[in-house]
Amino acid sequence: MRKWISLLFATVLTATVAVACASSNDTAAGGGGGTSTLDTVLSRGSLICGVNGQLPGFSFVNNEGEYSGMDADYCRAIAAALFDDPSKVEFRNLSAQERFTALAAGEIDVLIRNTTWTINRDTALGLEFGPTTFFDGQGMLVAKASGVTAISGLGGKSICVQSGTTTEQNLTDKFRKLNIPFTPVVFDDEDALYSAFAQGRCQAATSDRSQLTARRQSLPNPDNYLVLEEVISKEPLGPAVRNNDSKWADAVKWIVYSTFQAEELGIEQDNLTQFASSTDPEVKRLLGQEGTLGTDMGLPNDFAARVIKHVGNYGEIYQRNIGEPFALERGLNSLWTDGGLIYAPPFR
Amino acid sequence: MTTDTPVFVGPPTRQISPWAWAHKNLFSNWLNTLLTIVSVLILGWVVIGLSTWIFSQAQWAVIRDNFRLFLVGRYPVQALWRVWASLGLIVAMGGISWGILARNIRLLDRRGLLLLGILAATVVIVLALLTDPRSIALSLGMLVLLVVLAFVGQRLGQAYPPLGTWLPLGWLVGFLIAYALVRGLIGGGQPVKLDDLSGLLLTLLTAIVSIVVSFPFGVLLALGRRSELPVVRWLSIAYIELVRGLPLVTILFAAQLLVPLVLPTGIRPERVMRAIVGLTLFSAAYLAENVRGGLQSVPRGQVEAAKALGLNPVLNTSLIVLPQALKAVIPTIVGQFISLFKDTSLLAIVGLTELLGMGQSILANPQYIGKNAEVYAFIGLIYWICCYAMSIASQRLEKQLGVTHR
Repeated sequence: MRKWISLLFATVLTATVAVACASSNDTAAGGGGGTSTLDTVLSRGSLICGVNGQLPGFSFVNNEGEYSGMDADYCRAIAAALFDDPSKVEFRNLSAQERFTALAAGEIDVLIRNTTWTINRDTALGLEFGPTTFFDGQGMLVAKASGVTAISGLGGKSICVQSGTTTEQNLTDKFRKLNIPFTPVVFDDEDALYSAFAQGRCQAATSDRSQLTARRQSLPNPDNYLVLEEVISKEPLGPAVRNNDSKWADAVKWIVYSTFQAEELGIEQDNLTQFASSTDPEVKRLLGQEGTLGTDMGLPNDFAARVIKHVGNYGEIYQRNIGEPFALERGLNSLWTDGGLIYAPPFR
Repeated sequence: MTTDTPVFVGPPTRQISPWAWAHKNLFSNWLNTLLTIVSVLILGWVVIGLSTWIFSQAQWAVIRDNFRLFLVGRYPVQALWRVWASLGLIVAMGGISWGILARNIRLLDRRGLLLLGILAATVVIVLALLTDPRSIALSLGMLVLLVVLAFVGQRLGQAYPPLGTWLPLGWLVGFLIAYALVRGLIGGGQPVKLDDLSGLLLTLLTAIVSIVVSFPFGVLLALGRRSELPVVRWLSIAYIELVRGLPLVTILFAAQLLVPLVLPTGIRPERVMRAIVGLTLFSAAYLAENVRGGLQSVPRGQVEAAKALGLNPVLNTSLIVLPQALKAVIPTIVGQFISLFKDTSLLAIVGLTELLGMGQSILANPQYIGKNAEVYAFIGLIYWICCYAMSIASQRLEKQLGVTHR
């Protein structure tokens, strides 16, 4: 009779496994399989965008429960270009560890998660990077009172750094190259790091400049601190998609470029209607009134106009998410005409 | 000849004055006096430091501004009535169950009052944080509903005593209706995707489903491990030892990262579902060992006596062995459930915005950078309230089953 219990047990076990496996939904992003992600996204009617979700200035949840930040805005820009509706985005929070697997497995359509463009990721990891939307770099936060104005002035000082990051590696490399001694003060937790810095346990704190600037605002007296102009690493951040899908990669690439081009031409959210009647052929081509730039790559011909209408040009996106909240100068992120690196190839 | 049942009287309680009590317990000799003074100083220092921080230094605006986000996350605002309706349903079920279970005792005994006091305190905190008058009215209404339905439930329970045995089924149905309401599967409107749930709502959903599903699974594994059939026994042992040897984070990462790589294109279980399956599988292995401990505590004589009475193995297990075994391990099982509830915070690491993840998202808002202490203290308070409620419920259950008097 004991067999009956075991039989029952085995049946339930099988049933549980079967139920666990069967509960699936079919709304996930399509992987490769011949069709472009562009077609998958269009037929699904929404974009699945992988973001950080916990990074000041780039993506976070605001008071209203909406995703906000520069990365979130670029997700919206893609949705606006495809559907004329920036709300057609499903945001997916991804941790640093799972972001590339999630993209490779087709869990997300595009990864816009403050990801640094490196040769290893572009080639060995099988990613395709879009244009850089933010040129970040590792910098130094110091107290103004210390009189330090350049990294070379930090010789012999102690520097707060987060452990286990490339930040720590970059710091050691840089100081070894400059051949100046320093004492690293290593923290696991970012918050502990900045409170130790505020208490004066170290003379400088190091991290990406965007994060240093954000953190500076939350220190007791922000005006007493200064983020040095010098950077010790290159961190170009931008969107990434899967390799071997140039149709989708092109779409993402040119949607991002259209925000650059719009700023260069001076087209903003507010004055878009005035530009709609412009006679400038460059403007007409960008806004899709002339030529077939959009339809040639499988996008609506007025994709750029939609992006500007709903999200704005690069300058507006920057000011809204980084410039105003953190008072961070454009620097490298200025247009090429102003001496920065933001440059779009011609729209023709 | 009188057959009066003898009256048992407990030992006499000695009434002593507070001063005498303090002298006996705190200042009986110089060492105790010293310890008392030092402890009072340390306690006072901690309490003063904490209350200074809570009342004058901490800036609670981050909690007030984001209160809705903490509780229901990014749930669509226009559909919030569904969450209220589900909460109402759960509260109603709770009230009726309370009444039915306490049908033979005074409803508001000391423990009941304590529980109600904690609930009321929670509501007061909620009220202090809410600014919207409609929400205040609704949360007060919930408390009233609970007490009123408790009295209704008591009457019902007195009228139909067998009602108590149907309570678990009632809870299952109630939970399924509440779930369907929250997801928007009934009641009209746009359904909400499972992956779009966040905040405390997601924490509760994952914890409750994992707890409910892992329990029968764990019991079956425990029985399987003691089975006389070698294959079933080996499989159970292999499963339990394998899962117990893995950290929960590894299982959660595998569920989020490996599952999509293994499954064919197009089949993508929802992320929340994968997390729930991971938590359930993990918890079941631990529960199995807890239950096995209980099974071993049942004396052999019980099984033999049941056999002698002609009970078949199924009845023997379900009527004789399991009730005694489970009763014996209630504290460890509840401990496992509480730890499972807290383990849901690990979902924040795999990118799901449950309570902790939502807190981290809010902390990334430039307006609230550096308000970590406030946010984490608040999240900790929510966890403590939930876990303490589970602990109280288990104590009541033990009392109900008379475990302590054995």
